[in-house]
Amino acid sequence: MNSTGTLKSSSSELDLDRPNIEDYLPSGAAIQQEPRGKLRLHDLLDISPTLSEAAGAIVDDSFTRCFKSNPPEPWNWNIYLFPLWCFGVVVRYLILFPTRVLGLTLGWIIFLSAFIPVHLLLKGHDKLRRNIERSLVEMMCGFFVASWTGVVKYHGPKPSRRPKQVFVANHTSMIDFIILEQMTAFAVIMQKHPGWVGLLQSTILESVGCIWFNRTEAKDREIVARKLREHVQGADNNPLLIFPEGTCVNNHYTVMFKKGAFELGCTVCPVAIKYNKIFVDAFWNSRKQSFTKHLLQLMTSWAVVCDVWYLEPQNLKPGETPIEFAERVRDIISHRAGLKKVPWDGYLKYSRPSPKHRERKQQNFAESVLRRLEEK
Amino acid sequence: MGTASSMLTQYDIEEVQEHCNHLFSQQEIVCLYQRFCQLDRNAKGFISSDEFLSIPEFVMNPLSQRLLKMVDALNFKDFVAFLSAFSSKASTHQKIELIFKVYDSDHNGKVSFKDMLEVLKDLSGSYMSDEQREEVLSQVLKEAGYSKDCYLTLDDFIKVLGHSGVKMDVEVPVD
Repeated sequence: MNSTGTLKSSSSELDLDRPNIEDYLPSGAAIQQEPRGKLRLHDLLDISPTLSEAAGAIVDDSFTRCFKSNPPEPWNWNIYLFPLWCFGVVVRYLILFPTRVLGLTLGWIIFLSAFIPVHLLLKGHDKLRRNIERSLVEMMCGFFVASWTGVVKYHGPKPSRRPKQVFVANHTSMIDFIILEQMTAFAVIMQKHPGWVGLLQSTILESVGCIWFNRTEAKDREIVARKLREHVQGADNNPLLIFPEGTCVNNHYTVMFKKGAFELGCTVCPVAIKYNKIFVDAFWNSRKQSFTKHLLQLMTSWAVVCDVWYLEPQNLKPGETPIEFAERVRDIISHRAGLKKVPWDGYLKYSRPSPKHRERKQQNFAESVLRRLEEK
Repeated sequence: MGTASSMLTQYDIEEVQEHCNHLFSQQEIVCLYQRFCQLDRNAKGFISSDEFLSIPEFVMNPLSQRLLKMVDALNFKDFVAFLSAFSSKASTHQKIELIFKVYDSDHNGKVSFKDMLEVLKDLSGSYMSDEQREEVLSQVLKEAGYSKDCYLTLDDFIKVLGHSGVKMDVEVPVD
């Protein structure tokens, strides 16, 4: 899956999702002392603050840091550890991997041989069919988790099936969904993917309830917002799981939450997921590898270790805007999972920032110059 | 990708350090290399404009297009040499030289009234009219003893900016 940054500037709708970035930038970075006194040639020629900011961004920036895969340090370069590591590689690729593939295939056979008949034959008995399909999907996800030897510790009360509630979680990889789905069958809102993942999405996930969107379709937002609202009202529907970051982040940071999940007029239940990188880095760097490769990497490592916390449900406080609500929940999740917050919109991975930010800097500069021109 | 220092030999580091006049420590060069490799997505050996423009903080900067012309398609050695002006060890002279180069977009060794207007336009955008910019620039030039048809050289820049020092430092995060 290749995502080259498109040159069109982000639509104004994306801007509405974002609270003021200036509120977040660390005070050292953008805010310089308000220059005083009469304007001199020196002041106009001295572009050093602006240049320093630009060079600072080239050298290090908080946005790119969110999507950096940090590979574990190699530890195998000495006389007794190296053979041990080689032995480990042999076990992982020649013993574990085939066993896991076998187990997964078995799981698929069991799942499909139960799912397809139930789906076709119990067409009339909707409630029974949905219950069985739900359990089957949970079981299948269990098989998936087993295929990477997932060691998942769930903390907090298991999600309950109630109307007017939505679950939000931080996003590191598509396996987030599988890990959560194994415990409770969630309905999910997902970007439509190509290839075999798309096939899965349109067949099996359809049964637990899925809402599709297309990131590049700006008009899509209204349709999606309506579908979300409808889903949440229905008492029979599976609880809805949303990843408000909108993109996979490397599990050390969180990017800004989109407000869509927070303006549905229902309770928001935060879920925090933190992966332990001890055996493998579960971050799916969609710029660097396809999902298939990512899965293969997981299946040839020892285990995927993670913690899942189901946190206290939150409601919109009186006088709070949806954006503030989203940031408050992001705060709760980041705190629980030990992630740092950055003030960027995850969609900047796919498009350029709006010219509004540059214009604000230009406006500050222009106002300062004109004001100082007046001073004697 | 592995740790970058395994791809950069000690000889490479010393060569780069030589090229930037020892303004960066060896550890800083290793960190800059990791950053370079992170930005250069398909290991071409240079960072293209598009890849620089994937840094939102950089795009937001009013002078990004000017800097882009100077830093586009540089190999790692030249990339470090460019950034060396921002090292805390760099002299005021070097920093002013970089500022001069940003103004002198046609590389003819002198900065005209038009060149200064262009930079002012980048910095103020649509929040100042062309007339206002001309007026402001003429006024401050006159007060400093230059006329509108004057060409400023590097020495003039040093004269104007040198006495109060130029604070243009960027820290390389060394982890």
